[in-house]
Amino acid sequence: MAHTADSHAPQHHYTTTGLDNRKVAIWMFIGSECMLFASLISTYLIYKGKNVVGPLPHEVWTNPQTGQAMKAILNIPITSISTFVLLMSSFSMVMALAAVENRNKPRPANPAFWWKVENSSKLWLFMTCLMGATFLGFQAYEFTSFVHEGLTIRRNLFGSSFFTLTGFHGAHVTAGVIWLGTLLAIDMKRGLQPKDALWVDIAALYWHFVDVVWIAIFTLVYLIQ
Amino acid sequence: MATVAASPSYTTTGAPRYGIMDWLTTVDHKKIGTLYLHTALFFFVVGGVEAIIMRAQLIGPNGKLVSAEVFNQLFTMHGTTMVFLVIMPLSAAFFNFLIPLQIGARDVAFPRLNAFSYWVYLFGGLFITVPIFFNAAPDGGWFAYTPLTGREYSLGQNMNFWVLGIQILGISSLAAAFNFATTIINMRAPGMTLMRMPVFTWMSFVVQWLIILAFPVITIALFFLQFDRFFGTNFYAVSAGADPLLWQHLFWVFGHPEVYILILPAFGLVSEVLPTYSKKPLFGYAVVVYSGILIGFLGFGVWAHHMFAVGMGPIADTVFGLTTMLIAIPTGVKIFNWIFTMWGGSLRFTTAMKFAIALIAMFTIGGISGITHASPPSDLQQTDTYYIVAHFHYVLYGGAIMGIFAGIYHYFPKMYGRKMDERLGTWHFWLNFIAFNLTFFPMHYAGMLGMPRRIYTYDAGQGWETFNLLSSLGAFLMAPAFLLFAYNFMRSKKRGEVAGDNPWDAATLEWSIPSPPPEYNFAQIPMVTSRYPMWDLTHPERMEGVPHSMEGWDEAKRRTGEHVTTGGKHEADVAPMHIESERKTAKELGIPMPNPTIKPLWVAAGILILFSSLPVMYADKNAIAYLMMAVGGTMFVGFLYAWLTTPMEDPHH
Repeated sequence: MAHTADSHAPQHHYTTTGLDNRKVAIWMFIGSECMLFASLISTYLIYKGKNVVGPLPHEVWTNPQTGQAMKAILNIPITSISTFVLLMSSFSMVMALAAVENRNKPRPANPAFWWKVENSSKLWLFMTCLMGATFLGFQAYEFTSFVHEGLTIRRNLFGSSFFTLTGFHGAHVTAGVIWLGTLLAIDMKRGLQPKDALWVDIAALYWHFVDVVWIAIFTLVYLIQ
Repeated sequence: MATVAASPSYTTTGAPRYGIMDWLTTVDHKKIGTLYLHTALFFFVVGGVEAIIMRAQLIGPNGKLVSAEVFNQLFTMHGTTMVFLVIMPLSAAFFNFLIPLQIGARDVAFPRLNAFSYWVYLFGGLFITVPIFFNAAPDGGWFAYTPLTGREYSLGQNMNFWVLGIQILGISSLAAAFNFATTIINMRAPGMTLMRMPVFTWMSFVVQWLIILAFPVITIALFFLQFDRFFGTNFYAVSAGADPLLWQHLFWVFGHPEVYILILPAFGLVSEVLPTYSKKPLFGYAVVVYSGILIGFLGFGVWAHHMFAVGMGPIADTVFGLTTMLIAIPTGVKIFNWIFTMWGGSLRFTTAMKFAIALIAMFTIGGISGITHASPPSDLQQTDTYYIVAHFHYVLYGGAIMGIFAGIYHYFPKMYGRKMDERLGTWHFWLNFIAFNLTFFPMHYAGMLGMPRRIYTYDAGQGWETFNLLSSLGAFLMAPAFLLFAYNFMRSKKRGEVAGDNPWDAATLEWSIPSPPPEYNFAQIPMVTSRYPMWDLTHPERMEGVPHSMEGWDEAKRRTGEHVTTGGKHEADVAPMHIESERKTAKELGIPMPNPTIKPLWVAAGILILFSSLPVMYADKNAIAYLMMAVGGTMFVGFLYAWLTTPMEDPHH
């Protein structure tokens, strides 16, 4: 049972494109997800302005019970903050992947503080998870405050399509946080090596995709009136 | 490689025997293909029995065999079964069995995901079928139009089983599509360039893209319907201002590509069968490939021709009418290419060939009747009549099923090492052909005389009696035809004539290895220099005008140095195109094979339990539903974690 040094490493299979199968598959998965979110976003846009009852996203509306004028429900400043946090998480994701890929590069004798920061995959994975979780926290706050203002998923077309669209996105962020959390746990346990970089790479592709989808949602749902 | 002649001929012993655990834990694409084939043929019987009961009801006016409620369940389940549980999985059986063999790979890209796809399909099929025994089967049509299928008009559990069942089956189809598309993109043998791939693999490739891009749309449409039914959302609630056509648009954006998902694999199969029995290369290979791609592409732009009767307005009607007529061009191109493939060839009328020719003829009839309702004014006379039923049975039975039968007769020897009986096959072909035309041709007339679809009974004196009688007799004749096939199929596995490696003198890679293939498929990965690598060896005279080059081979060498390691360790793993008749074990050859595992089955079972909790919740048994969610969720997460953390192969020494 004479093992060579890398006998436990994933076998280096020849592939037609030179890319790993997992990388090809994640790109197709992302293509499929594009159609998923395209269907959700189109439905939201088709139903925009067709509500028979408030609350409404951008318009002032009158509460039929009280006769009171109610303000538009979307809070753009607050959501801009959570959007910024989510976008920054893509930056830390890039840093995490780079740190894993460069794990084997020679370490200086007295590494500077910033060198250590730059090359800590644990730190960057943790930051990414933390910012993803922060985004989810903002979303939870937004959902609860909407419900308090009378907007439920049953209330009107806006409620149904808004909660479903942003809820699906939130579910994707949640899956991403769990995924990256699992990678972080492995990193803490045994340290991610350059040969594991592909796992981080496909998680990163997924994470960036979820980010890009949010840019579309934020623009189409929040910014454009 | 060592000597070739010494080992005993495997094919004389027939197919190897497997125990139940071999099947439950298999990750071998060929065995998974066999599982798909048998399961889909079982559901073919289920869907056929549903059809025969309907035809018995309609054999004469005022039939009283079944109630209107049962009839609704029958036509809904017949459509759903044939589309999702029969034709798609029969195609999947061939994807599984053939794609790796045709491109010179040792397995699919993700063997365990492949097993998972099968188990999810099986569980989803049972989930949607079993309710029929409790008089609770889906009853809103296979297209499930809202608002009929919303909670207001379909309060019972019936449509829950449809919504959730299609969702489960979508998981299976998507997982399989990512897998096969990755396999085709990334696991081709050196020299197997895209434009050298067998046409079946090409059509399968197009189909995987259709699944990848069309299924998410139905997933969302189903989520909306599920939310409307379970949580009271307003997606299809017209009283809340919802668009009454939203479901129809979303459904057909998926539903029309789905039509090509059903037919393109059959097109691929006959594109393998026709050249083999015409002893000629396929006429216009590149054009056949391009037209397949074009059909797939245009397939996303014609969905609203299913909705001409809803009043979309003249512009939408015109655009969708035109795109629909446009799609007849690439389809017609294929038909002519097949005819020109036979032209001047020395034809052998085997059973497979007969079925392939039947596809050309019958699909053409269905295609022409399709053109007649591509034009909105004409369609308004035909929509929702039996004329439409005749049309889509000509394309799906006359097209897809005929092509799949051609594929079964053609590839049976590769699957089991024995041929199916040709005499019984001929009987099956003619009985089936006559029964098919007797059933569906009169429906054109019944439809033109105004007989609507989906009615459970009709009055005498409207001129429909004779046509319905003929259709019913035809349907009854299909049963003995299928029984003949089933008998031939089961018998030939054990007692059929021993086939040898290449019984039909075919041209593609799958015929260069033993029948049935060893678990590793190729002891040495062949280096391909043309579209018909086997004929390069056996019939060079047929290869005039077929381009040859070393394209792709240099690239493979450049990337991996001198040692081209296609899935193995040795330089000897790759060899110029050759015939393999020696059969060793993977261990003897040092080829790493994925270990069998039962985890994908348990993950699929977790998904089944999760989805099953929702009808329980719908029945207001929340405690049981939460328990089921906890159990299903735990199974899903636990076994998925175990699956992902277990290496696929043993480390090699």
